[in-house]
Amino acid sequence: MSAALKTAAADAPIIQVRDLVKEFNVTRGRGGPPAILRAVNHISFDIRPGTTLGLVGESGSGKSTTGRLLVGLIPATSGEISLFGETITGADGEAALAKVRSKLQFVFQDPHGSLNPRMRVGDCIAEPIDIAGGWSRKDRADRVSELLETVGLPRAVAERFPHEFSGGQRQRIGIARALALRPDFVVCDEPVSALDVSMQAQIINLLLDLQERLGLSYLFIAHDLAVVRSIATDVAVMYAGALVEQAPKTVLYSAPKHPYTQALLDAVPRPDPDRVRSAALGGEVPSILNPLPGCAFAARCPHVMAVCRQDRPAPRPTGEGHVVACHLY
Amino acid sequence: MAVPLLDVDDLTVRFRTDAGWMTAVDRVSLAVGEGEALGIVGESGSGKSVTALSILRLHAAATTRMPTGKILYGGKDLLTLPTREMRQIRGGEIAMIFQDPMSSLNPVLTIADQIGESLRLHQGVDQATARKRAIELLDLVRIPDAARRVDEYPHRLSGGMRQRVMIAIAIACRPKLLIADEPTTALDVTIQAQILDLLRDLQRELGMSVILITHDMGVIAEFARRVMVMYAGRVVETAPVGQMFRRPVHPYTEGLLTAIPKLDVDVRRLPTIAGSIPDPTAVIPGCRYSPRCPQVQESCRRDSPALLPAGPEREARCPPRVAAMAKETVA
Repeated sequence: MSAALKTAAADAPIIQVRDLVKEFNVTRGRGGPPAILRAVNHISFDIRPGTTLGLVGESGSGKSTTGRLLVGLIPATSGEISLFGETITGADGEAALAKVRSKLQFVFQDPHGSLNPRMRVGDCIAEPIDIAGGWSRKDRADRVSELLETVGLPRAVAERFPHEFSGGQRQRIGIARALALRPDFVVCDEPVSALDVSMQAQIINLLLDLQERLGLSYLFIAHDLAVVRSIATDVAVMYAGALVEQAPKTVLYSAPKHPYTQALLDAVPRPDPDRVRSAALGGEVPSILNPLPGCAFAARCPHVMAVCRQDRPAPRPTGEGHVVACHLY
Repeated sequence: MAVPLLDVDDLTVRFRTDAGWMTAVDRVSLAVGEGEALGIVGESGSGKSVTALSILRLHAAATTRMPTGKILYGGKDLLTLPTREMRQIRGGEIAMIFQDPMSSLNPVLTIADQIGESLRLHQGVDQATARKRAIELLDLVRIPDAARRVDEYPHRLSGGMRQRVMIAIAIACRPKLLIADEPTTALDVTIQAQILDLLRDLQRELGMSVILITHDMGVIAEFARRVMVMYAGRVVETAPVGQMFRRPVHPYTEGLLTAIPKLDVDVRRLPTIAGSIPDPTAVIPGCRYSPRCPQVQESCRRDSPALLPAGPEREARCPPRVAAMAKETVA
């Protein structure tokens, strides 16, 4: 294989998502009429090996649902997800997922809720190993020690219980567990949102170090745009189930194109007392139950045109790796 | 500041826990002038919320030793005020809003009932007047279609709308002081911006003083004029807001400001603060930040530092840094 081909292969996406849709059947009120809630609405993106896609959005934007779909925790309604060349959606999805499952892991927001309080830390971390099976007692113990060292905790921690630790330390334990089976791709769903500022930076840096050392790829889901900037390679912005813009990090933050991305970035309070924020964007996120036709952001958009209320804007490339779903472009 | 509206002096609040007595708020003093916006910023366990609750005597009586110190408001000490008089002040002259509006609103009462409750209690108005005033208040907090919304129940409203209702209840009796404890933390960022705009406008229109408690330095920068930084139950620094951001004195303030993820620049690795926030029951001799402080000196681990003047309107609980600053000024 030539050098050029090798680079191309190394850069080929390991995760490909095409036209992904997830609908939930819900009932409004007791015995009310059934309705369909479209949490994820025709989204597409790629993740290249060793990179991080930051997925940002407000409550109900569909970002967590996307994360769950990606590791096969919930089935897709339609569309395609391919992981490491295996298509886990469609008729043969189950079998394909079984082949790649050991390469996928998940880090949750609340390390308190995701660690069993009655299990010692060492057993929590080794749980994936125990489920996979086939490890000798010594290999298992060695692996737990190695993992604790990897996430910056002393070995002795293995004998203690999760409640003895602070939020930041518990998140380190959660990360150690996620790494137990040497995954290639980790979905991190708001992993630092529950932590104090002085703890957040420690965990972000740990995730960056692990990526460098182990060549991991991340889908990093967060509502905090500054946190995402500190870790992502590329950023995708979701609004009411739709992916409105995606771009390489620096481009998205310095030259956002979609009016929602612009409003979102402007709304974040900066630790700078001289900055004057423009007036807040009016309105609220629309219901994703029986959505109106057209662009989901139309009702709040300062640049809304007649076409926006009729046709859903398709994602269009507007530059290197920059895709925007907006009729302005 | 001539005579401050609220003057808290040496407030100490202790809780009983399984591990013994713990000092949640340790000799905190603060003053709020008329029409002023004071920000209190700190991480978990800093004592910022307990300080606020104690001002209104809302701390849990069963597990709390009676706070010591003084809370002077209008020439009276709120800590020793008879319960009856305290009730007049609470919700009447000093009002409070909290982080989670859903758990502060009664799910079985309409918005009109809940706003009216405060008006009937403090101003003795009748039901019809209360309802009319409730609609006016919903207009004031910019809830669209107020005349219809007033008869709805809280679960029908979004998080942002619920927080607006909480603000309407809080300002119903035109309080002189509003204490807002993490009022935007549970909200999405575009809604947070709306609520911050609303609070600032109301503060100006009604001439209220506001104490805003938050963990978010961005919210402090946007809203407060003066800021107080708390760490592990103690005030570590107070300053006019611009000065604190431009030149923090206490190493904790400095560490916190550099550790915040940056929105407007790419940073390869964020600077961090070593270690963890101390357990509230832990006994730390000397400065409570000393185990994490990158500039720690021998004396810091031994002597409990005093809050020292560090320039006009500024104080910091770090003798080495204050001394270094004084030297620079002389030179």
